[in-house]
Amino acid sequence: MQPKPEGIEYTKKIYKPIIPRTEYWPVVQLSRNKKKFIEQVAEQGLERILEIKPSRAALIEELETTLHREKLRIKQNPWAVDPEDDAAFWLDVQKKLVTLSHDTTGKTNGQEKELLRSITTRYAEEIAGSFRPSSYRFARRAITFGFARLLNASRVKGLSSLWSNQYSLQDKLHITGETDQVRALAKKGVVVMVPTHFSNLDSILIGWVIHVLGLPPFVYGAGLNLFNIGVIAYFMNSLGAYKVDRRKKNLVYLETLKSYSSLAMQNGCHSLFFPGGTRSRSGKLEKRLKLGLLNSAMEAQREMYEKNEAADARKIFIVPVTINYNFVLEAPSLINEYLKIKGQERYYVESDKYSSSYKITKFLLKFFTRGSDISVSIGKGMDLLGNFVDDEGKSYDNNGKVIDTRDYFMSNGKVTKDKQREQEYTRMLSEAIVKEYHRINRVFPSHLVAFIAFQILQKKFPKLDLFSLLRLPEDELIIPYEQFKDTFSRLRDEIMKLYQQGKVHVDPKLTGDMDVAINHGIKSVGMYHSKRPLMKNKAGDVTTEDMNTLFYYHNRLSGYELEEYV
Amino acid sequence: MSLKSMFEQNGSNKPVGVIGAGSFGLAMANMLARKNDVLLYARRPEAVEYIQSHETYKGKPLHQRIKAINNMQELAERCSVIFPIVPAANFRAMMKDLAPHLHPYHILIHGTKGLDICLPKGGRTKDMPPIDRSCIRTMSEVIREESVVVRIGCLAGPNLATELVQQQPAATVVASHFREVINEGIRLLRNERFQVYGSSDLIGVELCGVLKNIIAIAAGGLSGLGLGENARALLISRGMVEMIYLGRALGGNVQAFIGLAGVGDLVATCTSRLSRNFTVGYRLAQGETLDQILSTMEETAEGVQTVKIMTEIADNLNVRAPITQMLHKVLFENMKVEEALQYLMKYPFNTDVDFL
Repeated sequence: MQPKPEGIEYTKKIYKPIIPRTEYWPVVQLSRNKKKFIEQVAEQGLERILEIKPSRAALIEELETTLHREKLRIKQNPWAVDPEDDAAFWLDVQKKLVTLSHDTTGKTNGQEKELLRSITTRYAEEIAGSFRPSSYRFARRAITFGFARLLNASRVKGLSSLWSNQYSLQDKLHITGETDQVRALAKKGVVVMVPTHFSNLDSILIGWVIHVLGLPPFVYGAGLNLFNIGVIAYFMNSLGAYKVDRRKKNLVYLETLKSYSSLAMQNGCHSLFFPGGTRSRSGKLEKRLKLGLLNSAMEAQREMYEKNEAADARKIFIVPVTINYNFVLEAPSLINEYLKIKGQERYYVESDKYSSSYKITKFLLKFFTRGSDISVSIGKGMDLLGNFVDDEGKSYDNNGKVIDTRDYFMSNGKVTKDKQREQEYTRMLSEAIVKEYHRINRVFPSHLVAFIAFQILQKKFPKLDLFSLLRLPEDELIIPYEQFKDTFSRLRDEIMKLYQQGKVHVDPKLTGDMDVAINHGIKSVGMYHSKRPLMKNKAGDVTTEDMNTLFYYHNRLSGYELEEYV
Repeated sequence: MSLKSMFEQNGSNKPVGVIGAGSFGLAMANMLARKNDVLLYARRPEAVEYIQSHETYKGKPLHQRIKAINNMQELAERCSVIFPIVPAANFRAMMKDLAPHLHPYHILIHGTKGLDICLPKGGRTKDMPPIDRSCIRTMSEVIREESVVVRIGCLAGPNLATELVQQQPAATVVASHFREVINEGIRLLRNERFQVYGSSDLIGVELCGVLKNIIAIAAGGLSGLGLGENARALLISRGMVEMIYLGRALGGNVQAFIGLAGVGDLVATCTSRLSRNFTVGYRLAQGETLDQILSTMEETAEGVQTVKIMTEIADNLNVRAPITQMLHKVLFENMKVEEALQYLMKYPFNTDVDFL
């Protein structure tokens, strides 16, 4: 059952909350029983690890590895958010481990499990978010109210404009796609939203989108490093975020984290993952997803089927979301990191400039006072195997036949646990998500002009590798406007064809008069960077001040095989 | 809990399904019937009736635990593991009939060694772009496209039907992305005279089975010319290289080709007169035309169609595949087998192995 392409124009809608009373929000219920929930998480984490490391010796070895890594982390990479007793706790673990590993009499049998439990409990407490409805309401209002004021102040002239309601946030941030379906699904089962990830702004944006759509807050894992930043930490804490510490890559931590995510879903909490893991460094749409958290959704679904009879088992719905920007604040540093990783050449990498409250606030001010639109496209909901579902939550196959998702987890007439099978399913799911990303991705004029400019330059110098291309001298970087317009016309036609086939989506500004669309694109691509990715020179031809960011914005359209039409 | 009810719960008393009463289908049905009840689906009602009332069919014995049926729905309802073994040309149509009755808990392990081409309705026209990977499907891909089944596997290896029926020692590969499917294959098939290996490279193993048929036709050709073992060994080893090139162009890994399903099956089909594809080549070299041969053959020689598809792929993707390209000339452009051989002997190869 392939979805049909949706109309191009944006519509502005008001959505009523699906659960008006906050005390019924799953996330509120969860934080009410927080203590019990943390115990559950710690216990399930423990069980998972014991399954992987069943013998005492193997477990002790694992604990030793964990200890070693944690000590290294404390020494080499401490963060402001780390608890004060970090060192003390691990010192204590070390003492206990020494006793355990030297014991040959068997007196301490069983104590290794207790030690493990103390670690999973500590991790579970660390991960757990603290959701407070009161601050949620405040944060939400601050965003909506504050931004609406700024917006009106900049667009409507005159002093009274500060209180005008002519424009709301939805004029800047367009929410499109399957908005009604996601609301319907949130009533039927558990929604797992999986957005693309380009900017640190994404979490706040999605939080706001969830609110506008009238959905109760989602639980999500946010990088612990974000909690280093004052403003963001406040929003995160209030929006139901739990903390993911990317420095901790040890088995014990990862399994506890998965348990947290899985149990939250099983408790009916809608969840949010960025399945690409980190922000896209290259500016490309995610092609490969991190399977860990998706796998926890798979496990949660199987456990929900295991524990409940057919009629009572709730279903998990995966909803892919793309966020489309003209401008990504962090683009210059992201693309530098990407190039460095790809790196034939040593790149001068600046520090992550925008990771301070001041910079973020400044960006937000700019964003709302000048014109740069963002659109958020909500994809069609799918089940855990990537089959599209209808508003009732029923899954369908390619031929329109209803599928019982439970059957995927069955063998010989009952729900069975098979890790390898679920890993394979997770891989299939991630492919379906990536495909949906490409389908709902909105092509902005700015994406297309960047793509065309970079491709024209690349074709002009076919013998240069990427790194030499990026270092071309200024006077080689001029593209005659007529040539540019020609190519634009051809590619726009191709994109419209893809759109008709339901393979990509387009922004309304891409349609209509060509010169207007091109000018809009050139103006808005990476508009606040100090060096412009694209601009027109005095002769009216197209040129760039920064090949790296041009490459970054160009990458957004890679993967559609448009290169051959340049 | 009684022993019997335990078995029922495990489902191990469920019959196993086989679709297709060709020679390989029959051989596999017999093999499976040594350990399980088997429901054998045959398309023609006459065939079903015949199988039910006789002890042999098409010269092959019928195990007493084999029951023939003509009802896809019943097959899907009673079996959770099904082995579709029908010619590639009929595979998609068969799946369309079966699909409405399938559920995601079904396991399908196919034994068909051919490819499916997707063409728009109304067939191919001249101004259409040439065939590439996006137009062809392996059988596992057809299953995925046509049904809700995801636990898919395939069977491949040196499994000449006649020898299997005689219960001579042999082995096969069950390939699947799912460990569960491989384990089912082993549980159902393995016996003291039949070894079962597992592989996770589903596409690679499927391609082995498909591509070796090309080389088998060529081997028949050499035999038909009365040539000896040096020539055959030359063909087998160079044929293997060609299979690897073509396989890689279609997304397979090298590993599968040097295993039982690759070189193992290749050696068996290139040396045995029992193989259908070999027979095609043999009779061509003896001077018969393709039409004459195909009209007198009882079962499909998948290799003929595979040569057609793979020649286009090779031309289109610039893959070095001289054996396939020459066979195309012999099969469809009236070139003599001798001429093709002469051409191949002049072909400027210089490196022996450059893929490892």
